[in-house]
Amino acid sequence: MSAFADEVRAIAERYPDPRSATLPALRLAQERHGWLPPEALREVANALDLTPAYCKAVASFYDMYHLAPVGKHLVEVCTNLSCALVGAQRVVEAFESELGVAPGETTTDGEVTFRTVECLGGCGYATVVAVDHRYRQDVTPADVAGIVEELRG
Amino acid sequence: MAELQVLLAGTDDHDLTKLDEYLAVGGYAGVGKARAMTPEELIDELQRATLRGRGGAGFPMGRKASLIDRSSPKPKYLVVNADESEPGAFKDREVMARVPHRLIEGCLISAHAIEAHEVFIFIRGEYLSEYEILQAAVDEARAAGLFGDVDILVHRGAGAYICGEETALLDALEGRRGQPRPRPPFPPVQGLYDAPTQINNVSTIATVPAIMEMGAEAFAKTGTESSPGSAIFSISGNIARPGNYELELGTPMRELIYDLAGGVPDGRELKAVIPGGSSVPALAPDEIDVPLDYDSLQKIGTFFGAASLIVVDDRCCIVQLALRSAKFYQHESCGKCTPCREGTRWMVQILERIEAGDAELSHIELLESIGSRILGRSLCALGDFAVYPTHSYITKWRNEFVAHIEQGGCPYGGASSLEGIVAPLDQHTHSPMAEVPA
Repeated sequence: MSAFADEVRAIAERYPDPRSATLPALRLAQERHGWLPPEALREVANALDLTPAYCKAVASFYDMYHLAPVGKHLVEVCTNLSCALVGAQRVVEAFESELGVAPGETTTDGEVTFRTVECLGGCGYATVVAVDHRYRQDVTPADVAGIVEELRG
Repeated sequence: MAELQVLLAGTDDHDLTKLDEYLAVGGYAGVGKARAMTPEELIDELQRATLRGRGGAGFPMGRKASLIDRSSPKPKYLVVNADESEPGAFKDREVMARVPHRLIEGCLISAHAIEAHEVFIFIRGEYLSEYEILQAAVDEARAAGLFGDVDILVHRGAGAYICGEETALLDALEGRRGQPRPRPPFPPVQGLYDAPTQINNVSTIATVPAIMEMGAEAFAKTGTESSPGSAIFSISGNIARPGNYELELGTPMRELIYDLAGGVPDGRELKAVIPGGSSVPALAPDEIDVPLDYDSLQKIGTFFGAASLIVVDDRCCIVQLALRSAKFYQHESCGKCTPCREGTRWMVQILERIEAGDAELSHIELLESIGSRILGRSLCALGDFAVYPTHSYITKWRNEFVAHIEQGGCPYGGASSLEGIVAPLDQHTHSPMAEVPA
């Protein structure tokens, strides 16, 4: 049995029903592969005695699972009401020009996927940008070049 | 009335993410008190406190506990809804990041009331730092032997607004697509794994230790008679000092907006306040003299909701506001019920035409008519959440809708504060690597 399956089953044992480990297992698989290719869905399915189709149906429901490849880094800008009212559009534009891609796209070197997202729950500290899932708050267009430079190392 | 620290008490002087500091301010004393009571006595105490659910519906938490079928041979579960996703809301996040032990203490007390030995905290997937803080606190409290015969499992979501709906949350926790279930049966009878389940919001459960500390009678005397206690209000948008303010329930909305949060900045005028997160009817400037409690807000045709105020100034085109909000609900509709799945999409299409100046006056009535046929016709309230605010925008700012149609375009001429705002694409139908060469 693979180390991955062992890890998933250890998670599953904590729940009254092993199916509850589906979301954690998909997250784990995505951390290993960078996204959820068919192979990753098969690994999750095998570990939990589910079908790959079931795992894909679940994964496709949630915004944080990637069923297509993404860049090494993920930049997500909130464009819901509170961020938009104080200028999230300008932050989006700054990322567009700094990265050279539109929201929903990945830089040609495969380094950064940039997307807009719904409310991240940081409305009082707008604009909120999640960089590899860590929140940057009170982001203004002037901060964008620095964030991109950080990612490009 | 004004600031009353219950949830955030002690956070100014202590780092309450640490167990020893939480214990030093009297933390976890409520667990011992609760466990000295029988479950019946504890449920009576909670009922006397009239702690109303802070997640939005306002249902009394003690009454919910009394509905749990404790005679069932199945295990009983307590589930904490930490899926805070309502646009405008960021208060539960602060509770988890600053006073995780108060939430854990509330879980242990509430679990005793319903004789549950397993507690699940469902936290939205995006809250990574908050998850880490909460998980560390859970591990620390367990290692200190505070759990007794109860265990707490923190379960992370994966990005879906609908999982804040309690039965969708249960499905997500069971490893499925997070879609709402038909009711009845209600969760207290048949919830998680078909067993009796109590589901409460983070702020509700984190208030329970205060009831143990003060006693139900004293707690019920704070706030207003029908809405005792405090709530953390999130305030954001066009406001000078956005942030979280914990206030006694019944505090005037005007006091929060102007005295505490500094009013509308940049010399602008107040145009609208969406008082409970983006899903509730908006208020016009002449409606903000209202106490912040469940019944007072309902009396003027809106809802307490997630206690989250979005303040909008006069630079904002109300049609653009309605459109951006409708796109959110379309994006988050889970697709299970036709009125919500199709209706939210139609609402977006009509609002797009109005904003583009490509509509007729009859489209306003069409929008209202579609809304009235979404309301109350689905398994959960998500579709209603798209309709409530939209109807309020049409009713209270109808002249702006008419102006778009009569002028053949947005009267703001590109100068609206929301101009150019983009809503997220559905990443499952749009490949983010489309631009990458093979």
